[in-house]
Amino acid sequence: MSLEIIESCVNCYACEPLCPNDAIYQASPHFLIDPDKCTECLGDFDHAQCASICPIEGAIVDELGVALNLPGSLTGISAEMLAKYQAAVEAAYQAALDAKAG
Amino acid sequence: MDLPVINSIPSSGEPAAGGGCASHSCGSTDDQLGHLPEHIRAKVHNHPCYSEQAHHYFARMHVAVAPACNIQCHYCNRKYDCSNESRPGVVSEVLTPEQAVKKVMAVAANIPQMTVLGIAGPGDPLANPERTFATFRELSEKAPDIKLCVSTNGLALPESVEELAKHNIDHVTITINCVDPDVGAQIYPWVFWNNRRVMGREGAAILIEQQQKGLEMLTARGILVKVNSVMIPGVNDQHLAEVSKVVKAKGAFLHNVMPLIAEPEHGTFYGLMGQASPTPEELQALQDACSGDMNMMRHCRQCRADAVGLLGEDRGLEFTLDKIEDMEIDYAAAMVKRAEVHAQIAQELEQKEQERQFQAQAKAALIALRGEPEVTTRPVLMAVSTKGGGVINEHFGHAREFLVYEASGNGVRFIGHRKTTPYCEGGSSCGEGESALDETLRVLKGCEVVLSAKIGFEPWAPLEAAGIQPNGEHAMEPIEEAIAAVYAEMRAAGRLDASIEPQQKVA
Repeated sequence: MSLEIIESCVNCYACEPLCPNDAIYQASPHFLIDPDKCTECLGDFDHAQCASICPIEGAIVDELGVALNLPGSLTGISAEMLAKYQAAVEAAYQAALDAKAG
Repeated sequence: MDLPVINSIPSSGEPAAGGGCASHSCGSTDDQLGHLPEHIRAKVHNHPCYSEQAHHYFARMHVAVAPACNIQCHYCNRKYDCSNESRPGVVSEVLTPEQAVKKVMAVAANIPQMTVLGIAGPGDPLANPERTFATFRELSEKAPDIKLCVSTNGLALPESVEELAKHNIDHVTITINCVDPDVGAQIYPWVFWNNRRVMGREGAAILIEQQQKGLEMLTARGILVKVNSVMIPGVNDQHLAEVSKVVKAKGAFLHNVMPLIAEPEHGTFYGLMGQASPTPEELQALQDACSGDMNMMRHCRQCRADAVGLLGEDRGLEFTLDKIEDMEIDYAAAMVKRAEVHAQIAQELEQKEQERQFQAQAKAALIALRGEPEVTTRPVLMAVSTKGGGVINEHFGHAREFLVYEASGNGVRFIGHRKTTPYCEGGSSCGEGESALDETLRVLKGCEVVLSAKIGFEPWAPLEAAGIQPNGEHAMEPIEEAIAAVYAEMRAAGRLDASIEPQQKVA
């Protein structure tokens, strides 16, 4: 059994020093978990340490690919709000492109 | 250079115009640093983030070595890395301690006015103790002429106080947004504490307890503590006066109330929820309300966690990793040059201080002679554009920010800064500046005069129409003296009777 860090990781280092098994290591493009070392913290802590400090919902998943931190659970930002965010980012990007085109 | 003690006597024999005092450190400016004990003034006189006067002369930099965080704030998006934004928590590249040390030395050699190195993120420096303290350790050996400071949310502060003291870090900023867990629960969705994520009110209560404990431990050791608070209307705006009282009682020496920054495109909870930011007027009212209890800081620019330069400017792009890689730094030679530059600035500040003392004495003598003058003139807000050095030396169209001062019968005091998009970026392509000008007119709301090194023909009429008098007659003059002079002109013209309302036409 092992947890996995996926591509939404922002490389903030927060999880790395917490792992009781030293299973987390810096890699490109993002941190990774050595599946041979990870125990999901069983026997050491009640909750997997990496997932307990990770600020990015969905960045750490279990063997079945299920996120330990579900959308909205850490930030309070719902899927609806996230869609609004993406629209705002795209609008800002488009405005920058338009301004550049003059 | 001789110290012009005698030269500073105004030739007319009168104290400076504008009701008695041209310096920001006297009159009603109870929120300035002038009355601090000497040992504290000695520590902050060249720290741009602690002294309003110093921020015109001295520069600071942040190195982004601390990406990890142990809490979540609703005004922060942990998916940082935006090179076009300037706000706390945002950086372009996270550095290793070795890279950070190299960058600091490169900047110190090239910007000798840089006196202060801060670690402020993009996460929490004390949640990255190894990276943060490795940076401090090496810098205190290699660049002993740089002041080190750190900014933290306070959760890991009590356990770090010993280590902070060891590295001679005598400026610590704690962000304290509340002292009430019910308020905190609306700001902090979780904290990571004792190996678990603690949500909501319980988490906020832990954070508050650690912040207060850390504050007490630092001040007990004589380490200077500044408290930052983010003003969030409807959440903690009514509560921050209480925060100010509490942190002052525990020994914090300066309180910096900053406006919330929240836009949907930042992807923060507040930004996406449409949480309002305070207006400049609301911010000023709260700062004034707190200033009865506490020294207030009003010149904060809420800079990025990797900012470089004077407050209000960011020269980070001149010192990217690939650029500093090619720089050969002779730090011993740089220290000599730095010491010369610092001595020059110190001399200039010393002259200003003597002038200030002289004018304060002159004012006191005048009051002793004639009694307290009756203040019959109304206060006026004026904006200035400056590139630093405490003088009006920036063109109106190039200004990315305006400093706002209040002139009154009691003197001139600094109120705050307002950011804008430069009306024109220079050259001949100023034709499409309308929307930027509209923005500038909006941010200057409440100001009756704007003083710049130069103001072009094009913005002149719109400024006048908005009730903001453009004034380019005081180019290169010291800011406060120029404002006092304009105020005196307005008084002479009969425009300052308390009964006359300012002609403001900006919605």
